[in-house]
Amino acid sequence: MELQVPEADVANRTAAIADGHLNVEGPLLPILHDVQKEFGCVPEAALRVIADKLNLSRAEVHGVMSFYHDFRQEPAGRHVLKICRAEACQSVGGEVLAEGVRKALGIGWHETTPDGRITLEPVYCLGLCSCAPAAMFDGELHGRLDDAALSGIVMEAGR
Amino acid sequence: MTPVIFVPRDAAAIAVGANRVAEAIAAELSARGIEAELVRNGSRGLHWLEPLVEVRFCDRRVAYGPVKPSDVPGLFEAGFLEGGAHPLLHGETEEMPFLKAQTRLTFARCGVTDPLSLDDYRLHGGLNGLETAVAMQPADIVQHVTDSGLRGRGGAGFPTGIKWKTVLNAPGVRKYIVCNADEGDSGTFADRMIMEGDPFVLIEGMAIAGIATGAAKGFIYTRSEYPHAIETMQAAIETARKTGILGPSVLGSAHAFDMEVRVGAGAYVCGEETSLLNSLEGKRGVVRAKPPLPALEGLFGCPTVVNNVLSLASVPVILDKGADFYRDFGTGRSRGTMPIQLAGNIRHGGLYETAFGITLGELVNDIGGGTLSGRPVKAVQVGGPLGAYFPPELFDTPFDYEAFAAQDGLIGHAGVVVFDDTADMLRQARFAMEFCAVESCGKCTPCRIGAVRGVEVVDRIADGDKPEEQIDLLKDLCNTMKLGSLCALGGFTPYPVMSALTHFPQDFTPKPNTLKPLAEAAE
Ligand SMILES: Cc1cc2nc3c(=O)[nH]c(=O)nc-3n(C[C@H](O)[C@H](O)[C@H](O)COP(=O)(O)O)c2cc1C
Ligand code: SF4
Repeated sequence: MELQVPEADVANRTAAIADGHLNVEGPLLPILHDVQKEFGCVPEAALRVIADKLNLSRAEVHGVMSFYHDFRQEPAGRHVLKICRAEACQSVGGEVLAEGVRKALGIGWHETTPDGRITLEPVYCLGLCSCAPAAMFDGELHGRLDDAALSGIVMEAGR
Repeated sequence: MTPVIFVPRDAAAIAVGANRVAEAIAAELSARGIEAELVRNGSRGLHWLEPLVEVRFCDRRVAYGPVKPSDVPGLFEAGFLEGGAHPLLHGETEEMPFLKAQTRLTFARCGVTDPLSLDDYRLHGGLNGLETAVAMQPADIVQHVTDSGLRGRGGAGFPTGIKWKTVLNAPGVRKYIVCNADEGDSGTFADRMIMEGDPFVLIEGMAIAGIATGAAKGFIYTRSEYPHAIETMQAAIETARKTGILGPSVLGSAHAFDMEVRVGAGAYVCGEETSLLNSLEGKRGVVRAKPPLPALEGLFGCPTVVNNVLSLASVPVILDKGADFYRDFGTGRSRGTMPIQLAGNIRHGGLYETAFGITLGELVNDIGGGTLSGRPVKAVQVGGPLGAYFPPELFDTPFDYEAFAAQDGLIGHAGVVVFDDTADMLRQARFAMEFCAVESCGKCTPCRIGAVRGVEVVDRIADGDKPEEQIDLLKDLCNTMKLGSLCALGGFTPYPVMSALTHFPQDFTPKPNTLKPLAEAAE
């Protein structure tokens, strides 16, 4: 994931993404998703370009982006761990499990370890409620987790 | 005939190792020089046995599960390609009690077929409904759906045919079909299973909805948490376009219909239909006041059908087998079947489709086998985070929209989450408030502020800070939220809170030592 992209580069690449969506109905969310895929977040410089392309104010685009939990203003760590905190996972000890990794990593929800290795995000349901507790690590799903399995996943991940 | 091996591609199966099992099988096949076809099917819904591997040979189809990659060599040794005996063998899949007792109408093909094979889809009755529909007048299709008694499966239970009629009769050249695939309720996964396990049935249902109402464009709005469903849906839409199911002439008729998948961005409230429409338009997912109804002024101000995945996926079988066929299942004003999702602390978790009328106790104890932990059941939350907690004393409640409402509950999207006796219902009530606070769209005060106050009040009860007064305050607050909220997020959060308080008052007592990790989730 790139942490430092020159602003002009962000602008150019965002413009290209936006152009690719200009003929779809309601293009803003698809654009934001693609921009985040490109840069790992939606950088400030991208907001201005998107606003220009869609004839919106920068504030409007920022308002939309900030409404949704998925969009980030800063890139995440090199790995992202999303742990389900919803009821089905709670019913089989998800809460204690999450507390365990949180302590092991020494970070809170939405935080990244100081070495930039792992970001921890809560998620309210992955749709794996019959195989709970569940988590997603770098896009891979894991069900029927216990302490050993979860810490295995986290510890095995590379730098 | 070469044997066919089925390893599910369903996200729940993948989460417990199905991809690794499929790899191990492929490796073993090539190492042994055996010829067999490997199909990645949907899930049969027996999730406690996932990865459930099936083998079809001669006219038989048998199941083994749960299979770990390390079991694979042993399965080959046991001759599993001819149904050989093995400790993981369950015999003929269709004869397994959990499956045999179901009535699968919406889920008829899920787990049976290759989800992306259109030939397989046709072979198992797919497209019969759409073929019937293209030969009918739109008003007759709508009448059919109305006569079937189908009610919206997304939660509110509004009659689907009536909604369609409003859109059909609404003036406007541009109309839309929007499939609500935002499935945010904890304890639910049926929409996901359809998209991953039988995507063509959703395409077929949406195309029928388009023809019935005069809409030529459809959107499936789903969640970013469902990457596998998105991928499968997109692949199926591509195939449907290439084969003339979608496009300027649906199945060679004069009707045009096309669709695309749109992905949300992690906001629970975007499952609410008007918030969803705002999100599709590229706005903040704030709830709109009704009226106007989306059926009259929906997406981009045009008449719009918004229906849940299961509502739309039930339409093809209704058109194929007739309204009476579908309506003959069920009870009272709840007609047809419901794909019920058994989840949480339950031994036999998974998908169970059955006619309305089965009792909650049958679902939890007989079919679900009680808790996974083996401890007594304490409470069952039905209908997601806005649904009520039911104690075992209410297990004779039949699964039926009205019967649940009569018990101050709702069936919602039919998620059933079981808790054992270690659950603390005060904490569950607190979570309901906390979730509402995190996910509120912010439009109305009782929801936005009330939910935050709700968390504080519950905390004060736990802290023993004038608990009786706080309990009265909590009831009052629930009442305000119920009456003063624009949508069901604020309006229904009182259901889990009040049901917890009503049925489990013993938990609402001071407990100074409670840990409160949930507190830190609120952003
Ligand atoms: C907060 C909230 C979340 C909702 N989430 C969903 C959802 O994820 N899926 C869904 O189909 N309906 C959801 N609904 C219900 C929709 O507003 C709407 O009633 C439904 O999509 C209509 O389709 P149906 O008639 O086929 O059920 C939600 C409602 C509220 C208030
Ligand atoms: S009840 Fe809550 S989520 Fe619903 S409109 Fe009001 S503030 Fe928004």
